[in-house]
Amino acid sequence: MVGILIVSHSKEVAQGAKELAAEMMQGDVPLEAVGGTKDGRLGTDSNLIYEALTNLNNADGVIILADMGSSVMNTELAFEFFSEEEQEKFKIVNAPLVEGAINAALQSSFGKDLDEVIAALDPVELAQKKV
Amino acid sequence: MNKTEEVFNKIADKIIDNKQYLTKLDSAIGDGDHGINMARGFSEVKEEFESAEFDSNSAVVKKVAMTLISNVGGASGPLYGTAFLQASKVMEEDLSLKNAVKIGEAVIEGIKMRGKAEQGDKTMLDAIIPAVNALKEDYEAGVELEEALQDCLEAAEEGKESTIPLVAKKGRASYLGERSKGHQDPGATSSYMIIETIIKEII
Ligand SMILES: Nc1ncnc2c1ncn2[C@@H]1O[C@H](COP(=O)(O)OP(=O)(O)O)[C@@H](O)[C@H]1O
Ligand SMILES: [Mg+2]
Repeated sequence: MVGILIVSHSKEVAQGAKELAAEMMQGDVPLEAVGGTKDGRLGTDSNLIYEALTNLNNADGVIILADMGSSVMNTELAFEFFSEEEQEKFKIVNAPLVEGAINAALQSSFGKDLDEVIAALDPVELAQKKV
Repeated sequence: MNKTEEVFNKIADKIIDNKQYLTKLDSAIGDGDHGINMARGFSEVKEEFESAEFDSNSAVVKKVAMTLISNVGGASGPLYGTAFLQASKVMEEDLSLKNAVKIGEAVIEGIKMRGKAEQGDKTMLDAIIPAVNALKEDYEAGVELEEALQDCLEAAEEGKESTIPLVAKKGRASYLGERSKGHQDPGATSSYMIIETIIKEII
């Protein structure tokens, strides 16, 4: 199953997006959320991201939803502590954080593979408000 | 304490002394944490130096890199962390203008790899690239080390100031678009402070 990692500058945002995703998915999807620095400031920490990726390393690929700037840079930095083969299974996607997390978790729970989940995360489509 | 440790201790003091100033610059075009981020990282560097023993200059720089990566929190953490990590890989034990150029190029390469910015995007690169170019030109022209360092310092200062009229293309300031004009980039300012401290310690 494809794993999902949510990275935000805010611990609450990451945690909240994870909760929203978990509520929708059909069955167990490996889900991790990382936000904030270890001393409780807004920001990101590549060590915490590395730990979350390690927890997801048994998944069939990992989709990463990140908010901005240092979230992306610290995620890419954390990738460098894995082998090239492992790194190929990590994909940062261009999708809105919350909608992206919900949809990625749902698609993964259907048993879709990494490429199929990515294909379902079209950022323009996801940004459309549905009621 | 070896010379490189001393230099980084001075850099840490400079950054910590300018915590408010760097934060004020970041408040104008960002989220107002650059001074806090950098001071947090460099306080930890000072703390690491209290207990660690180093057998080479490059080991000191590597330690600084890893400490900034783990403690800064903002974009400047992975950027400076990667820059110093790349520098530690090419740094020789004896200082030379030739090696300084190589270190400078490694720093630029690291920052570009991590942040994908170019010169003119209103980032730390706008202070660093002209500084390294000045060193390189002087090296190729056969200028002495000390004079080359003076030129490098001037270029870094001009580079830092050159960010004022620019519209930011990378980093948080880019979200402000045209409104990022008229403000000096906080990262270019901290880069200038780091370069200034290194050069003043060597000369
Ligand atoms: N992509 C990038 N490439 C190079 N430098 C960048 C980039 N993004 C941000 N910076 C630099 O980082 C500085 C901001 O650092 P800081 O405030 O610590 O991080 P954050 O933007 O995450 O709050 C900016 O002033 C700029 O010089
Ligand atoms: Mg900031």
